[in-house]
Amino acid sequence: MRGATHARWAACAAAVALAATACGDDGGGDSGGGGDGSGIVSSSWGDPQNPLEPANTNEVQGGKVLDMLFRGLKRYDAKTGKANDMLAEKIETSDSQNFTVTVKSGWKFSNGEAVDAKSFVDAWNYGASLKNNQKNAYFFGYIDGYDKTHPEDGSKQTADTLSGLKVTGPNTFTVKLNQKFSTFPDTLGYAAFSPLPQAFFDDHAAWLNKPVGNGPYTIDSYAKGSVMKMREWVQYPGEDKAQNGGVDLKVYTDNNTAYTDLMAGNLDLVDDVPASQLKNAKSDLGDRYINTPAGIIQTLAFPFYDKAWDKDGMEKVRTGLSRAIDREQITETIFQKTRTPASDWTSPVLGEAGGFKEGLCGDACEYDPDEAKKLIEEGGGLPGGQVKISYNADTGSHKEWVDAVCNSVNNALDNDKACVGNPIGTFADFRNQITQSKMSGPFRAGWQMDYPLIQNFLQPLYYTNASSNDGKWTSAEFDKLVNEANAETDQAKAVDLFQQAEEVLRDDMGAIPLWYQNGSAGYSQRVSNVALNQFSVPVYNEIKVS
Amino acid sequence: MGRYVIRRLLQMIPVFFGATLLIFLMVNVMGDPIAGLCGDRQCDPATATQLRKEFGLDKPLWQQYATYMGNVFTGDFGTAFNGQEVTELMASAFPVTIRLTIVAILFEIVIGITLGVVTGLRRGRPVDTGVLLVTLVVISVPTFVTGLLLQLLLGVEWGWISPSVSPEAPFDELIVPGLVLASVSLAYVTRLTRTSIAENRRADYVRTAVAKGLPRRRVITRHLLRNSLIPVVTFIGTDIGALMGGAIVTERIFNIHGVGFQLYQGILRQNTQTVVGFVTVLVLVFLVANLLVDLLYAVLDPRIRYA
Repeated sequence: MRGATHARWAACAAAVALAATACGDDGGGDSGGGGDGSGIVSSSWGDPQNPLEPANTNEVQGGKVLDMLFRGLKRYDAKTGKANDMLAEKIETSDSQNFTVTVKSGWKFSNGEAVDAKSFVDAWNYGASLKNNQKNAYFFGYIDGYDKTHPEDGSKQTADTLSGLKVTGPNTFTVKLNQKFSTFPDTLGYAAFSPLPQAFFDDHAAWLNKPVGNGPYTIDSYAKGSVMKMREWVQYPGEDKAQNGGVDLKVYTDNNTAYTDLMAGNLDLVDDVPASQLKNAKSDLGDRYINTPAGIIQTLAFPFYDKAWDKDGMEKVRTGLSRAIDREQITETIFQKTRTPASDWTSPVLGEAGGFKEGLCGDACEYDPDEAKKLIEEGGGLPGGQVKISYNADTGSHKEWVDAVCNSVNNALDNDKACVGNPIGTFADFRNQITQSKMSGPFRAGWQMDYPLIQNFLQPLYYTNASSNDGKWTSAEFDKLVNEANAETDQAKAVDLFQQAEEVLRDDMGAIPLWYQNGSAGYSQRVSNVALNQFSVPVYNEIKVS
Repeated sequence: MGRYVIRRLLQMIPVFFGATLLIFLMVNVMGDPIAGLCGDRQCDPATATQLRKEFGLDKPLWQQYATYMGNVFTGDFGTAFNGQEVTELMASAFPVTIRLTIVAILFEIVIGITLGVVTGLRRGRPVDTGVLLVTLVVISVPTFVTGLLLQLLLGVEWGWISPSVSPEAPFDELIVPGLVLASVSLAYVTRLTRTSIAENRRADYVRTAVAKGLPRRRVITRHLLRNSLIPVVTFIGTDIGALMGGAIVTERIFNIHGVGFQLYQGILRQNTQTVVGFVTVLVLVFLVANLLVDLLYAVLDPRIRYA
């Protein structure tokens, strides 16, 4: 067995040689992360959970890409949140139910295909069809014929296309809704309503590997799970051209590492400052730390399917719990002011005109331990003498704030055991228990808006049997007001009706609003003009590289 | 020898099936993965049913397992929720982790064994005490502390290395992560070698070799070291599997898109196909490494024969 010893020495020699050359190369590693070519922004990214299709992307990581890759009929102003016409020449209606859409001519996909009425109608039909498994299919639920292409009970679909959509000319199509919905045009800025080129339908697999859109960027290369290189599309016909040469989206295993890379000068933009670094971010980055409101609200939902939480007098207990939570202190100490105590059920990004009304919750959201205790006693006490707040323990560091909320409640009630956290191992299991109506006490509920409309903060969450009404709260009065608001063509009146509905929700305390969430980001000295929009996604096309 | 290898290979079969079945059961106990796919909102029931059908989640568990194992033998590890083939994920993740493991193992062999020999021959001297102390510190400090500290010092403060590894993950960028990953095992290898050398130094055959007048270098490498390496080789062999699977912490810290990252994502998203697929391959790696270790015994000590 002579050979073995020789082999071992050979291996050692190789190792030494390797270590030596490698040590010599170390200096080169520094330049690797920076810009290759001029004007490229490098940005942190997370691995998208779903395939990148407009109607199938429902989380922020995939949403970032769609925001760069597509332009729809409308686009939300990054500052005001107003839905402005983008590809839409005009959207007309006389009855809030039948709409005629005219698409601007001259727009193209980056593969040369023209964007016309058909690009939209085909894309929407694809998104709504059950057989395509699109997770955002419910966006098309207001369009007539949705129940045929997407039967609620999962039975065989009887149509492949939405009967409410008709192409009436090269650049015009009509939309018939199944109910009055005056703000429908304002929802069309959401990515799910993006147009799709014929190439998408001809070779779906190839398109998924390298999506083609009509936005200011094109995908240069996409190594799944590690990096996507987006480059400026020079022939982009829109006015919001990219101000930089491109964006490299780098997948990070951990946002702490991304932050470290930003500190070391290897990365230009981190759009999710890790919670553990919030304390340092201001001193580390100075003006280059962004902390702006996003359209996200966190609430505590109640299981109204559980008799114990739904009986008479419980509204007092729910209101009492709300008053027992010291929102001010929790947002300051745990979230370092990246969240704002909530005083209504919407978000400040809507603005006054859009339906945000500070203080709508009134006393019910104000911290008052004595009053809280009184209310809970009047209402018959906590069901079973104790509340358990459920949350998923795997992501998002929910444990900290749930424990803080419980502490606050316990202090108010002078009872160490009045409130405890109930961690659930994985997010999937947490959602599982919610959808199967297995919650026995309040549970964390977060809502990230789909589009900046007050309707989006109320209807999907609190309307009877709505898609995200996880607590199954129901109120005929609320439903009636929402319907009226949707039918109202005058926006100010519609907003007023929605706020009346919100007051109904308040008086019954259908869910406790906790706080509005901010988007936080940090960027390097190489780049400027960085901002987050209301979806807490950076406005990539406006970033300038020095 | 041939019969021994065959017998060992046959033993692998029940281990392989048992391990995969266990993982399959464990991942499935965690609940319905589709529920988590739609974010904080509920998937609409029709789409959820459709997805469940597509991923075969509507069938009873035993049937899912049978179908899965059937597919595995044709090289089909299924599809992850983001539409990527699991084999595609493996093709991108395994080479990176293998490179990282190679770096780590080389550190263990080169530094660990060298230090072990040096201290074993100089028992009780200052060098020995010093190394013992250092290894004690290394063993007692958790990997993520070492990793984050090195990242902060070498990457941010001094700028010697890039704090994160690029997607291509070439060997030179893996040196520091490899050292971090190897650190604890490296300390064990040092201590194992040291004890073994110190023990065998008084053995008859070493005394004979010295008495024959063989040069010191030859006595140490051919006689002393070769016999002392058996426990060390066992340890390093089993460590290969442990390093590959246990790289989650190191890979997260240094942003390495390897097996650990994919496994972590798979568990977080409760993606049965990804988790079971990767673990299956890891089990195979572990089994093969163990077989190789056993075969190496005969190389190191010719007295060991396999019937």
